[in-house]
Amino acid sequence: MINFSYTIWILLLPFLMFLLLGLAGHKLKAKLSGLLGTFGLGIITFLSYLTAYKYFFTSEKIDGAFQKITALNFTWLQFTDKLHIDMGVLLDPISVMMLIVVTTVSFMVHIYSLGYMKGEKGFERFYSFLSLFSFSMLGLVLATNIFQMYIFWELVGVSSFLLIGFYYQKPSAVRASKKAFIVTRFADLGFLIGILILSFNTKTFDFISLTNPSGAAISQGSSIGFLGLSVMTWSMIFVFLGGAGKSAMFPFHIWLPDAMEGPTPVSALIHAATMVVAGVYLVARMFPIYAISAPVALDVVAYVGAFTSLFAAVIACTQTDIKRVLAYSTMSQIGYMMLALGVAKYGGETGLGYMASMFHLFTHAMFKALLFLGAGAIIHSVHSNYMTDMGGLRKYLPITHITFLIACLTISGIPPFSGFFSKDEILAAAFQSNKFLFAVEYAVAGITAFYMFRIYFSIFWGKDTQYQHTPHEAPATMTIPLIILAIGAAVSGFIPFNKLVTSDGKILETGINLVIAIPSVLIGLLGIGIAYIMYRRESTIPDKLAAMFKYSYKWAYNKFYIDELYLFVTKKIIFRYIAVPVAWFDRHVVDATMNTIASVTQGVSFRIRGFQSGQLQKYAFVFITGAIMLAVLFIYLWK
Amino acid sequence: MNSGIPLQYFLILATVMFFTGVYGFLTRRNLITILMSVELILNSVNINFMAFNRFLYPNKLEGMFFSLFIIAVAASEAAVAIAIIINIYRRFTTINVEDVNEMKF
Repeated sequence: MINFSYTIWILLLPFLMFLLLGLAGHKLKAKLSGLLGTFGLGIITFLSYLTAYKYFFTSEKIDGAFQKITALNFTWLQFTDKLHIDMGVLLDPISVMMLIVVTTVSFMVHIYSLGYMKGEKGFERFYSFLSLFSFSMLGLVLATNIFQMYIFWELVGVSSFLLIGFYYQKPSAVRASKKAFIVTRFADLGFLIGILILSFNTKTFDFISLTNPSGAAISQGSSIGFLGLSVMTWSMIFVFLGGAGKSAMFPFHIWLPDAMEGPTPVSALIHAATMVVAGVYLVARMFPIYAISAPVALDVVAYVGAFTSLFAAVIACTQTDIKRVLAYSTMSQIGYMMLALGVAKYGGETGLGYMASMFHLFTHAMFKALLFLGAGAIIHSVHSNYMTDMGGLRKYLPITHITFLIACLTISGIPPFSGFFSKDEILAAAFQSNKFLFAVEYAVAGITAFYMFRIYFSIFWGKDTQYQHTPHEAPATMTIPLIILAIGAAVSGFIPFNKLVTSDGKILETGINLVIAIPSVLIGLLGIGIAYIMYRRESTIPDKLAAMFKYSYKWAYNKFYIDELYLFVTKKIIFRYIAVPVAWFDRHVVDATMNTIASVTQGVSFRIRGFQSGQLQKYAFVFITGAIMLAVLFIYLWK
Repeated sequence: MNSGIPLQYFLILATVMFFTGVYGFLTRRNLITILMSVELILNSVNINFMAFNRFLYPNKLEGMFFSLFIIAVAASEAAVAIAIIINIYRRFTTINVEDVNEMKF
């Protein structure tokens, strides 16, 4: 048994860094606090890689399966003998994989921000928030029980709120941060309800006993039913609601595009690579329960994922703000991961989707962080988010151009880049179990290639825009993370995920399935081809097409009016028919009672205050008169 | 023993003293005079204690002790009261009680 107790430092270090930078940051020089934060995260990254090496290559396997290791666990809150909330560190294939993802991307973003955020007001605040985020995300990933996960889940939400609203003087950023917080919080209510139902029926919070496929927790509760579905199914659907909120699945997706108001490195870290995949991670964490005792909930996951991926991909084709395109692309790719989880089953060959989902999570984190950081470098040099302001940038930004191209090829699923491998596994998994979902995802693969190359061509090729200031390549602190992530995005497809991360921890035999791989590459190339014709040079085809499909274009451009629908429901229905009457009751009944008491007291005291005249002898007179009257009373009336 | 002045005489004297004190307390405007009136009231009570002790319980001494206590308390009370009056004089340059009326609404 290897000793993993040092993993506590993976959690403690970022927290200490947050306290240090948050409390003493304004006394340090901005640059020093940035370097401190980056250095701290470097150590954590090193520890994570060490842990991954030790876990995957030196830890004991039983029956060829990776074991779940509780590196550390202590009781945090003891309510009764049975009800207690623990804190700890759980190591298993997916948590170790997430460690690598989170620390790698976070480390890259820390380095990148040294250049990107240089000279910004609140530089050290930015780094302290980044540390807080890293702490909460790592705590979420390493949680030993579902309640610890929930606590860190909310902490992640808070740090996301703080970072989206980093430019707190910008009203749009403030609105976006509020929106993100409220929408995800609303979804988290579902998560909490799910946890309560689940734990009430299984009498445990602990992941190891919850997800043991032959354990008591899974077999319990499935007999009790409500509205035709078992209690486990209901609780898993509620848990998925929380996951859908964090992962911006339809219909909770509305916060993610607005969250792009935050600084671009934040978008890369939180809203592309790590936090938004927390929902996928959650479903993967609870996967044995989903697969064995709540298959209906798993179908919900699959269909929601598939719908979101299609829906977001269509919207992405019409947006002109590059960060928003990337945000919709993120939603679409997370939809892929959800779908892959949804079509998987526990163990063996049928567990392919699980492994594919985790594989795609990993590669997506690399290439999407790269895309966002690349977009950040572009925005940094052009000072605009809109691709209409860009064009012909390949001459000015050679490094960004090459890395962005690699990322675009990766997301489009062109071999030998990593996206090809993970997307191929997902499509294969979908093909095995559900042909309809496979068709949807196959179409989405083409649309993805199209919209990615749409922005690629419009930014780097297209018309030669005249710039007021000649755009210049970003400083080394920004290009080095781009290069590292590009290498990661290019080669991470060769990581043998089938040996490392599978649903039951055993090795899964997979290979490139040519029947699926060739058509998926072809549709990717087709999407690229269409984008090439439409956007390689300045042309009128896009406008003509938009005019041809006027109404559908308008719908997609306005994100299918989902935001307006939300506004309608909240403002016109909830506010008018619930909030307004409640406010009336509060003002006219609750407040009014209190106000009446207060005003009566005031009126009476106003009238009688004249008695207190300050005249000593008046008081004495009243006192003596009273005393005499009492005396008379006692003498003559007391019988 | 019972020859001599009857109890009623003592009580009448005490009553007269008491109401003289009360009257002075209520009508005088000078703080020193008010203090003197308070002393009158206290002393009338002393007379009552002594008289009742003597006439009702000749073999006991509680009334006398009470009177002694009252005399001691009255002495210290006079000291405190005069200190207060001196301070009032310093603050207001008057000891007219009608002018010392700042403690009001």
